[in-house]
Amino acid sequence: MASITLDNLAHSYLPNPTSEADYALKELNHVWADGEAYALLGASGCGKTTLLNIISGLLHPSRGRILFDGEDVTEAPTADRNIAQVFQFPVVYDTMSVRDNLAFPLRNRGADAAYIARRVQEIAQMIGMEDVLDRRARGLTADAKQKISLGRGMVREDVNALLFDEPLTVIDPHMKWELRTQLKSLHQQFGHTMIYVTHDQTEALTFADKVVVMHDGRVVQIGTPQELFERPGHTFVGYFIGSPGMNLLDAEVMGRTARVGGTEIALDADYGRPKGRVQIGVRPEHTRLTREASGLPVTVTRIEDVGHHRIIRAEHEGRALNAIAPEGAEIGDDMTRVAFTQGHVGVFADDWRITPGKAA
Amino acid sequence: MALELRGVTREVGGKVHIYRTDLLLEGGTMNVLLGPTLSGKTSLMRLMAGLDTPTEGRIYWNGQDVTGMRVQDRGVAMVYQQFINYPSMSVYDNIASPLRLKRVPRDEIDRRVRETAEMLKLTPFLERRPLELSGGQQQRCALARALVKDAGLVLLDEPLANLDYKLREELRVEIPRIFEQSGAVFVYATTEPEEALLLGGNTATLWEGRVTQFGPTPRVYRRPADATTARVFSDPPMNFLTVTKRGGVVEFGGGQSSDMPGTDLAALPDGTYTAGFRPAHLDLARQGEAALSFECTLAVTEITGSETFVHLDHADTRWVGLIEGVHALRTGATVTAWLDPAHVYLFGESGELAAPAAYAEAA
Repeated sequence: MASITLDNLAHSYLPNPTSEADYALKELNHVWADGEAYALLGASGCGKTTLLNIISGLLHPSRGRILFDGEDVTEAPTADRNIAQVFQFPVVYDTMSVRDNLAFPLRNRGADAAYIARRVQEIAQMIGMEDVLDRRARGLTADAKQKISLGRGMVREDVNALLFDEPLTVIDPHMKWELRTQLKSLHQQFGHTMIYVTHDQTEALTFADKVVVMHDGRVVQIGTPQELFERPGHTFVGYFIGSPGMNLLDAEVMGRTARVGGTEIALDADYGRPKGRVQIGVRPEHTRLTREASGLPVTVTRIEDVGHHRIIRAEHEGRALNAIAPEGAEIGDDMTRVAFTQGHVGVFADDWRITPGKAA
Repeated sequence: MALELRGVTREVGGKVHIYRTDLLLEGGTMNVLLGPTLSGKTSLMRLMAGLDTPTEGRIYWNGQDVTGMRVQDRGVAMVYQQFINYPSMSVYDNIASPLRLKRVPRDEIDRRVRETAEMLKLTPFLERRPLELSGGQQQRCALARALVKDAGLVLLDEPLANLDYKLREELRVEIPRIFEQSGAVFVYATTEPEEALLLGGNTATLWEGRVTQFGPTPRVYRRPADATTARVFSDPPMNFLTVTKRGGVVEFGGGQSSDMPGTDLAALPDGTYTAGFRPAHLDLARQGEAALSFECTLAVTEITGSETFVHLDHADTRWVGLIEGVHALRTGATVTAWLDPAHVYLFGESGELAAPAAYAEAA
């Protein structure tokens, strides 16, 4: 396994990029630690697959270098990078048995037969396919074939990194649980460096030690799931992580007070007088419906029962706002205001989070 | 408006795809078909649409038998997982195409296309071609083409499955709103319990070609008729434990028993039952005096940001708990999991619901 250094990396699909907007991947400088599990999270077109393809060597970057354990591999073809990849759709040899499919990467590298047999058995157990090892892959469901692809991706223990590109897209929700848990425990057991591309926040947050949130060709934040949830560095992270995303309200901030419409909201620190478009951001989990006269007036538009909690969809002066109420909590018709949990109101200026004290 | 399936079955080459099904879907209702891949959702939809003919049974539309009627002659609109639009036509022409086929007058086409586009937030994109739109906009265009027809029956087969998570979240909020304005019978197939809950309306749970239960969505969720329904309608899956009911108590193993307040134990014969409880009801902290405790080994934890999924091994069974807050726990650690008996469902030997959880009866 290896650490991965992204040094001044940038990529444009155009031959002569001029402005920043021409770059699908804007300049990037990071060192990803050996043995950590990273998720690249973002919407379609955010640049996450571009970045993954640069790491795997499928794409040569317009600028910058990529290093594995300090060694420059920018010019090295995929085959020389010693990585394993799993793609969105299964890549399986239909005419081979499940066993031979799993053994393929090991045989290719000339591993000895006893080791191959043992390792294939281990992997088969992990993906729950021990009983079909001697079946041909042809005729198996898409689910099963994707499990084979995952298994083959993980069969070699000596790879620099494991790269996954939306590997669970074709898998049923119930099975997703199992496979994700297996990937996670595999990571905890063997400490592979893993990079996992997804648009699904649940997959990213549950799988990764560190989540790399990308938006519009830029890495907007790298953090643990908890950091991204509690202290999103950018309004995009607030919106993208969490379901529903963070509530954002235009506000006038003065010191320890934010004014939204005619309502004053207490802040937990002195934010000074930030410039630009100033907003406060509060998670629906920290927003509750209330009768207290000091709350922010809202109109409730819809209440959705999602089982273990309810989502209250509301509006404040035409702006959508969501609150989460636990299963069984009272929701009265006279609750026409919302209140926020102390200490969970963030302040953003021109989309970036302000750290109190550092504000201009 | 109403669609009724009476004793409908479907066999293909001696293999049963749909077991005997009776369903009554009323006008102005959202009907969710919830089940894993290959449980029969698409087969059932094809029967409803008239794309396939039932082996047995009849299908009625507004009381009229339409069993053999071709799909073209029925007022049906379908939307599939793959967005199907004409790539060479503008969004406007895509939406207009079903009306042009029906030779609707030009003025009316224009009015209906603009109305539908407005409802689906496509007005700014009417002159573009589908491939110049985002995935979410493309699927909204496909939805618009289905809705503009004013069909009495609208069938949506996993329409959001190919979209990004966040777009899915937005469209899930929009679809019930669109549907409320239309008044048609909506049928919506999904593999995701959360999606069913967000859509509301009625839900039919499917498992291996059988409709296991049909009713108002929150009721099917809180009062599943059997263990199969409970398993289908729970993500992560419901947790199970074998228990013994003896006299006035249920024994949960390890010398623990509960009189299960709120559950009518007197009505149940003594014997073995399967206790079922949802991940959100398992806790790592004791909530209430009556809580039962279970020694477990921690297999994996997954942090979602605000919550933690803990995968626990209890005896030889894997359970999942959804715990509020962030808990960094060591794999292999021994932890105590707590469970309030008010959250326990009891299922009988053949999986039928013997007693619903007390909290569900109160909800």
